Amino acid sequence: MKNNIVIVNYGIGNLSSVANMLRKVGSNVIISSKPEDIILADKILLPGVGHFDHGMKMLRKSGLEESLNISVIENKKPILGICLGAQILGKGSEEGNSSGLGWIDMVCRRIPDHPQLRVPHMGWNQINIKKKSVLFSNLDVDSRFYFVHKYYMKCQNIENSMAETSHGIEFTSVVGKENILGTQFHPEKSLKHGLKLLNAFKDI
Amino acid sequence: MIPVLLLKGKGLYKTVKFKNPKYIGDPINSVRIFNEKEVDELVFLDIGASSKSMNPDYCLLGDIASEAFMPMAYGGGLKTIEQIRKIFSIGFEKVILNTVNYSDYELIKSSVSEFGSQSIVGCLDVKRSVFNRYDLFSTNGSIKQNLTIMEHLTRMVDSGVGEILINSIDKDGTMSGYDLKLIKKVTDAVKVPVIACGGASCVNDFKLAVSDANASAVAAGSMFVFMGPHRAVLINYPERKELIKELP
Repeated sequence: MKNNIVIVNYGIGNLSSVANMLRKVGSNVIISSKPEDIILADKILLPGVGHFDHGMKMLRKSGLEESLNISVIENKKPILGICLGAQILGKGSEEGNSSGLGWIDMVCRRIPDHPQLRVPHMGWNQINIKKKSVLFSNLDVDSRFYFVHKYYMKCQNIENSMAETSHGIEFTSVVGKENILGTQFHPEKSLKHGLKLLNAFKDI
Repeated sequence: MIPVLLLKGKGLYKTVKFKNPKYIGDPINSVRIFNEKEVDELVFLDIGASSKSMNPDYCLLGDIASEAFMPMAYGGGLKTIEQIRKIFSIGFEKVILNTVNYSDYELIKSSVSEFGSQSIVGCLDVKRSVFNRYDLFSTNGSIKQNLTIMEHLTRMVDSGVGEILINSIDKDGTMSGYDLKLIKKVTDAVKVPVIACGGASCVNDFKLAVSDANASAVAAGSMFVFMGPHRAVLINYPERKELIKELP
């Protein structure tokens, strides 16, 4: 069984639609805040919405950071962060002062104001694939994804920027480093396109 | 392009001119069908919540949110910031405020400061009077308000709403095309995006609302839930290819 996906429940965001989408692609989903579940997981999904510091505070308070480190760094289990869950894979954010998990060499910056475009970036947008990844294996050419964010991921190492999206600036919309993956957009809100991406994650 | 689905109790209904609600089906089933389509967003409006002064049916909305694989907005009976918080925590992306705006622009302000203007939509229900004037109505079309559209729009936009949903009561459910004059009046008056609603029957109506009346987005009810001249209930949605061709 490689389909036990644990959704990390650290008190941030609504987990029901992502859980349902993972079930729909055939995963065995466990929503958990227990360290042992995270260590035993085949794969991990790290959700998140809201303020960077609040997310990190809640994650640290949940006492799950150590088990995440064991699972992701020592045992190399695949992990997918979504939205804030992707941003906290990095080192930090202009949004606050907390350090992130520090697994990917990136920081988050505020999307610059733009005369025509609105910040936060809220709505559907395309991704331009920059690096080959199993995550993209089933996507259609006209795939689009749903974004809601005010800060964007800026990779120090360009190799970790798997896909980019344009909203006034070009920003990293998918990060990846070995077993660690993250999407700025919400696959669980992105209809069949998100379904295909989560299906690919399940099949890793 | 946004389907607007009307909730009454636990069921989905479709009205004509805000009257005669006809049962369409189960909201959860409908959401599952829309999951397979290329909808941009789903709007749920509870047409009973406002007149009965009830809380939203959080339980039902939670079930809807957990089944929906697309962004969603909710409107109906919202009066307090606590209710709005709850709607967001359930998993909706936007809330739609209507009746409350006539007595309390402060709720727009406080929800905008907490959740950002992009998540707060102001809705206007408008009916043409016998003198061919546009009148505003609240409480699911039952109470006439004495403000003009312009006064109300200005106050809503100044309070920070990120979008305006303009709904024509006369056109609702008639599938006779949008009230383009009304939509144009609104888009001329505000800078925020305007969503046209009421009367759409085909993709060409969308096209007109965008090209002739400058709507930023188009919403419809009947068109997405009825099929054919006898209005058989069948959830349908145009192919994205067709839409891109018509609405570049």
